[in-house]
Amino acid sequence: MERLQLHSQIKGVSTGTTILAVKFNGGVIIGSDSRASMGESYVSSKTINKLIQVHDRIFCCISGSLADAQAVTKMAKFQLSFHSIQMDSPPLVKAAASIMKELCYNNKEELQAGFITAGWDRKKGPQIYTVALGGMMLSQPFAIGGSGSTYIYGYVDAKFKPDMTLEEATQFSKNALALAMGRDNVSGGVVHLVVITEAGAKHVVVPGDKLPKFHNE
Amino acid sequence: MSEELLAEPGWLSEEVKTGTTIIAVTFDGGVVLGSDSRVSAGESVVNRVMNKLSPLHDKIYCALSGSAADAQTIAEIVNYQLDVHSIEVEDDPLVCSAATLVKNISYKYKEELSAHLIVAGWDRKEGGQVYATLSGLLTKQPFAIGGSGSFYINGFVDAEFRKNMTKKETQEFVVNALALAMGRDGSSGGVAYVVTIDKDGTEEKCILGNELPKFFDQ
Repeated sequence: MERLQLHSQIKGVSTGTTILAVKFNGGVIIGSDSRASMGESYVSSKTINKLIQVHDRIFCCISGSLADAQAVTKMAKFQLSFHSIQMDSPPLVKAAASIMKELCYNNKEELQAGFITAGWDRKKGPQIYTVALGGMMLSQPFAIGGSGSTYIYGYVDAKFKPDMTLEEATQFSKNALALAMGRDNVSGGVVHLVVITEAGAKHVVVPGDKLPKFHNE
Repeated sequence: MSEELLAEPGWLSEEVKTGTTIIAVTFDGGVVLGSDSRVSAGESVVNRVMNKLSPLHDKIYCALSGSAADAQTIAEIVNYQLDVHSIEVEDDPLVCSAATLVKNISYKYKEELSAHLIVAGWDRKEGGQVYATLSGLLTKQPFAIGGSGSFYINGFVDAEFRKNMTKKETQEFVVNALALAMGRDGSSGGVAYVVTIDKDGTEEKCILGNELPKFFDQ
C-alpha cells in the first residue's frame, strides 16, 4: 500500500500538530490543537498553546520542532516591536510574516519549523500568510498546516467559502480541527481559537467534550 | 543540470504502483464504488485511464490500490476462485465469501505482496456490504477509503457520511470525495470511475476530468 510519508516522520521532528487559519467577513480566526509529542507514543504536553501573539492583532501558529518555533517567534516578536516603534504605528501583518520568512530562509539548514501568521491591520484588513519550512511565504484566504492537516485537505477544500460570517467560520474551524484530531494520533487535546478583528483579539478554548462529533463517534 | 538530462526515465526502473484514491460506500439497498484512473511508475504516469474497479462476480467488485501487478493478480485469482465456488453452491456468492478469499491471499503472502483491495457488492442475504482487506485483515464497514489519496479526504468523509443515504446522494458523495482527493494527491488523477451495485444490477459510469465537481480553488 502506498504509505504517505509524513513530514515529521522523514525529518525526525517531534511535534505533530494541526493548525489552521481562516479569513471571514471582518477578521481572521486562527486555531490549533494542544498536543506536544515526543516520538509517536509519548504526549509531552496535553495543553500547550501553539498560538503565539507577536503583536496586538497579529498571531502566529507553529508547527514542526517546538524549540525552533519558539526561538523564531521570540526573535520575531522583538524585531516587530522595534519596527513598530520606529514606524510609530501598529505593524502590518505582512511585515510580521516577512520577518519570520527572513529568519526561516536565512537559517533554513538548521531550522525545522513552519508557521501560519494571521492578523488584522488597517491597510489590508484581515490577512493570512503561510511561511513554509524552507522560507516560502504565501498569502492565502485560508491555510492549514501540521501533520494532522493532510487528513482535512478534502474537508476544507469542500467547505471553505469566502466571506463567511464569524459563526460560520468558527464552526468551520472547530469541525476541521476536530476531524484532524480524530484521525491524527499526534494531534489532540483541546482546541485553541483566537478571533482577530479590528476591535482586538479574543482567545477561546474549546475542551474535548464540547468538540463536534461525527458519525463514527 | 546535465545529470537530469542523462538520467533514464523513471518508468524504466520504478515499480508500477497505483498511487490512487479508492472508495466504497454502502447505501440503503446497495453499494457505490469509486476510483481515480492514474497509474504511476515513480514520477511518470504510465496509464491515465486505468479502471481500478475490477469485477469479481456479477454483483461483487473490488477496488485496487498499491502495487498494480499484485492487485490485478489477486483480483484475477479471486475471480476464478469465486466462479468455482458459485458453481459448487449453485448460487450467487456472498460478498463476505469474496472478501474472505481476498483476505486469505493477502494474509498468506503478506510479506511479498503490497496491495490493498476494498471488496464491495450486493447479495441477497445481507444487501450492500463493504469490506476492507488491508494487509490481510478483514473488516466490514459502512464505507472504506484507500490509496495514497485517501489520507486527504479522511476529514471530508468523516464529516459528510451518513447511514442510509439514497443511491443518488451516495453517488454524489463518492464523486465529491474522489474529486477532492484527486485535487490534492499528485498520484491520483485522470477520470473517475463509479460503479453502482444494487438488487437490480450493476451500473458502470465514467466521469471525465472536466465534468468533475469543482471546489474552492485559489
